[in-house]
Amino acid sequence: MHEVTVGIAGAAGDGLDKSGDTLAKTCGRLGLFVYAYNSYQSIIRGGHIWLKVRIGQDKVRSHGDKLNILVALNQDSIERHSREIDNDGAIIFNGDRLKCDPSMVKEGVQILSIPMSQVTADVVKEFGPIQPIMQNTVMIGAVLYLGNFDFSEAASVLTDTFKHKGEKIINLNVGLLKAGYEYAKTHFKAVAGEWKFSRIKRPFTTGNEVIALAAAAAGCKFYSAYPMTPASTILHWMADHAQKVGIVVKQAEDELSVINMAIGAGLAGARSMCATAGGGFALMTEAVGMAGIMECPVVCVEVQRGGPSTGLPTKTEQADLFQVYGASQGEFPRLIVAPRDTADAYGTTVEAFHIADKYQLPALIMSDLLLSEHPETVDKEVFDSNIKIDRGQVVKEWNQDNGKFKRFALTESGVSPRVIPGTANTCFVSATDEHDEESILISDMFTAAPIRRKMMEKRGRKIENMLKDLPAPKLEGPADADVTLLTWGSTWGVVKEAIELLAAKGVKANHLNIKYIFPFHAKEVTEILSKAKKKISVEVNFTSQLARYVRSETGIAMDGHVNRYDGEPMEPAYVVEHVQRILSGKEWNLDVTEEEAREIGYHYLRTHYAEKLRPGKITRGTSKGISEDVWNVELVDRTSGEKQAEMVIGISTGATYSYKSLVPAAAK
Amino acid sequence: MATVVELPVDLFKGPVDPDWCPGCGDFGVLKSVQMAAAANGVTPENLLVVSGIGCSSNLPGFIHAYGIHSLHGRSVAVATGAHLANTDLKVVITGGDGDGYGIGIGHFIHAMRRNLDVTYVVMDNQIYGLTTGQTSPTTTLGHRTKSTPGGNVEIPLNPLALAITCGATYVARGFSGEQKQLADLIAGGIAHKGFALIDVFSPCVTYNKVNTYPWFKERVYKLEDQNWDPTDEKKSLDKSFEWGDKIPLGVLYKADQPTYEDSEPIFKKGALVKQPLGLDKQIFNELIEEMI
Ligand SMILES: Cc1ncc(C[n+]2csc(CCOP(=O)(O)OP(=O)(O)O)c2C)c(N)n1
Ligand code: SF4
Repeated sequence: MHEVTVGIAGAAGDGLDKSGDTLAKTCGRLGLFVYAYNSYQSIIRGGHIWLKVRIGQDKVRSHGDKLNILVALNQDSIERHSREIDNDGAIIFNGDRLKCDPSMVKEGVQILSIPMSQVTADVVKEFGPIQPIMQNTVMIGAVLYLGNFDFSEAASVLTDTFKHKGEKIINLNVGLLKAGYEYAKTHFKAVAGEWKFSRIKRPFTTGNEVIALAAAAAGCKFYSAYPMTPASTILHWMADHAQKVGIVVKQAEDELSVINMAIGAGLAGARSMCATAGGGFALMTEAVGMAGIMECPVVCVEVQRGGPSTGLPTKTEQADLFQVYGASQGEFPRLIVAPRDTADAYGTTVEAFHIADKYQLPALIMSDLLLSEHPETVDKEVFDSNIKIDRGQVVKEWNQDNGKFKRFALTESGVSPRVIPGTANTCFVSATDEHDEESILISDMFTAAPIRRKMMEKRGRKIENMLKDLPAPKLEGPADADVTLLTWGSTWGVVKEAIELLAAKGVKANHLNIKYIFPFHAKEVTEILSKAKKKISVEVNFTSQLARYVRSETGIAMDGHVNRYDGEPMEPAYVVEHVQRILSGKEWNLDVTEEEAREIGYHYLRTHYAEKLRPGKITRGTSKGISEDVWNVELVDRTSGEKQAEMVIGISTGATYSYKSLVPAAAK
Repeated sequence: MATVVELPVDLFKGPVDPDWCPGCGDFGVLKSVQMAAAANGVTPENLLVVSGIGCSSNLPGFIHAYGIHSLHGRSVAVATGAHLANTDLKVVITGGDGDGYGIGIGHFIHAMRRNLDVTYVVMDNQIYGLTTGQTSPTTTLGHRTKSTPGGNVEIPLNPLALAITCGATYVARGFSGEQKQLADLIAGGIAHKGFALIDVFSPCVTYNKVNTYPWFKERVYKLEDQNWDPTDEKKSLDKSFEWGDKIPLGVLYKADQPTYEDSEPIFKKGALVKQPLGLDKQIFNELIEEMI
């Protein structure tokens, strides 16, 4: 497969995402497939952020494990990422400000220092001085040449991006892009080979945007939210498009209000949705049960991020399964569904609205930061505009001769007829207390055991019936594989790719992705897993929550677990490494690696010594007086490269044992 | 303006009889809500009564109308969603002081800031009734309750002052011992365009042995008997602090302000629940184009 991965690294505020967007959109319009991932921190300016844009001739399903071209926006980024660039790749930066020590790159990597003021001289002459952030556009121009992409398409992207700012700004930006492109053409060698540009234009979008679009298409009329990463971009899309799509969007005072508003809207008859992250969902849980007993349709999106508590606000995880599964006291049917990629998020959201209405219950969509926030190209056909909106059993009129309207009539399906308030002769109370068929409370005065039993059974019948509507999970890949990998949610795409890599290494693997967590297809899953030779779960959490859940539903335990819980998403090479390790019966070595020691060094310097030094040479050692092996990290001056200090970091614990300055105090 | 056709109060008789303690103030409030709806010509199927949890919050079960008997403290949030989904319904929120001023205070404040067109009737018995007599946010200083055997040490909240300063545009106080006036106050709230708070002294005869009917009877007087002008915000705010030997009943404050709904252009096309669902083809295609 022909593909190229471009990395853009810098600090928050350096304008990485805009540059990444231009590149990604250009490639998207050329008909290539793009998948981007932004590794960022909860910081508005500064820090270190890092965007990877993977571009392929065929569909790419993750940001992958490679790096071919690095655009470094500051010195820090050169030092941190230059080693990761593949042989024959390239590093590109503003040569007026930054430099790259050749010893920091692999063999064959082109070091492309762009003499920025010289390259932009003509543009400056024509348009006046440019802002530093615009220099990114010059570098993206160079990347277009290095990646062998079509320049004119990029110019059209910029034209669209700056349309609202007028001709002059468009010309300025296209001029800068062209300058970078031309400079690279005369001075550098392209990194990528020839592409076949199908020029099929595909939307370049994120899971959250797709969820929002799908909700609008499915007839959502009310959306409430309280800002919380990584769910906030649903709110932003909704707010931006509210008038166009006819949705009332309400930013509420807290998540308690958010879900209670959504349920209120649902009870009044509007299709409603809300979204939040794990912490916000914790506040919502009581109301989830309210929707359960009131049999009120409502859709709630839970976008997982690193926990517990505020945890890792800008990092991904799949560790809220039990929170969502166990949300609210008591027992009641609900839908819990985990879409597996951006495209799937569309159909899943539409389906959630239909299931919520058909079975009159809360539908909970579980996403995660990776799925919700990373942008990728998705085939247009995924976005079906012909959605048949079926509100389920809604009584439009009621004749009193038929007796009293029974909101919670005991039916075979478990679903009772609903009315939209405002319909004559159907007044009733939706209550959080247990009630009879006519919605009269049976809670305290007289508990009416048989009625309670019947109501529980009525609601409970929805579970089996709903299960029949939902497709059972299917094994992907060869039936006779050596190992079956079990996943849920966004890990699907990564594992799909890992399976190809495993095959190249002679390991035949197949894949079982569980999309419907509740209700659960226990029979089918048991059948599949009992035939598997070896079973390994792959989850972005510490305790293998899905594997535990599957065991509780099927009695089948995994033979091993691949877990990641450092905040970064699962990556194909990571899966391959650990699957092979588990198959060979080895323990997981959790020692701090040299790369991680360098990161710890950076972190230490950032918190204690501003940005004057950087980690240099790192050597392994056995240290006297410390009960573990250590990394000895030299810290050198950023500009002179001279050794200024030393740090000792524990290999087992990651502890910083010592920091020794080698410069006499007076010389500092 | 359309003429209001008064309806018989009987129309609002609920499917079950109230199970409040005999003598509970909430009986009077229920009757007043029914009278107010009838007086305003709101038919049962266009009335939505939303409550939280508490003795007082059981009210929707005792009235013939649509009801949502929601969670403790969440009535205002639920009512907000229901009202925005169908602005054609008349939404009346009913609950207790614990429900509204304790656990639900955040929603209450923000709903007032929005000046939503809803009516909120708080049955303020200055105690938690349903949980058998603990202190509430309006319990007077020094009052001994099950949870404050040494006497309440927290300053009671002043719901009227709070409402005036938070943006409510109809702020009134009633007393369930003054049923006719109370019905008028609630009817005024329903007719008012904007957020109406009616704080009602609704004695808990079982657990509050301090703020009893006689205690109130001795102290309350009616603002309308004094030609009170409710349109001066500062004077109304001052009045809201009157407490002790003389306690005013009536509309303390009233203002004509744009509602939240006025600022939402989507409502120009009618109530949300009556609008078509989904996207038309052209808008859909535009949304897809945006992503390319
Ligand atoms: C989340 C939650 N916390 C606590 C309760 C228990 N609870 C039920 S009613 C109530 C207080 C009721 O007081 P108030 O709102 O003043 O109503 P009253 O019974 O006095 O009319 C409490 C604390 C509950 N139902 N839910
Ligand atoms: S306990 Fe108090 S508030 Fe509750 S019903 Fe009895 S008198 Fe009314």
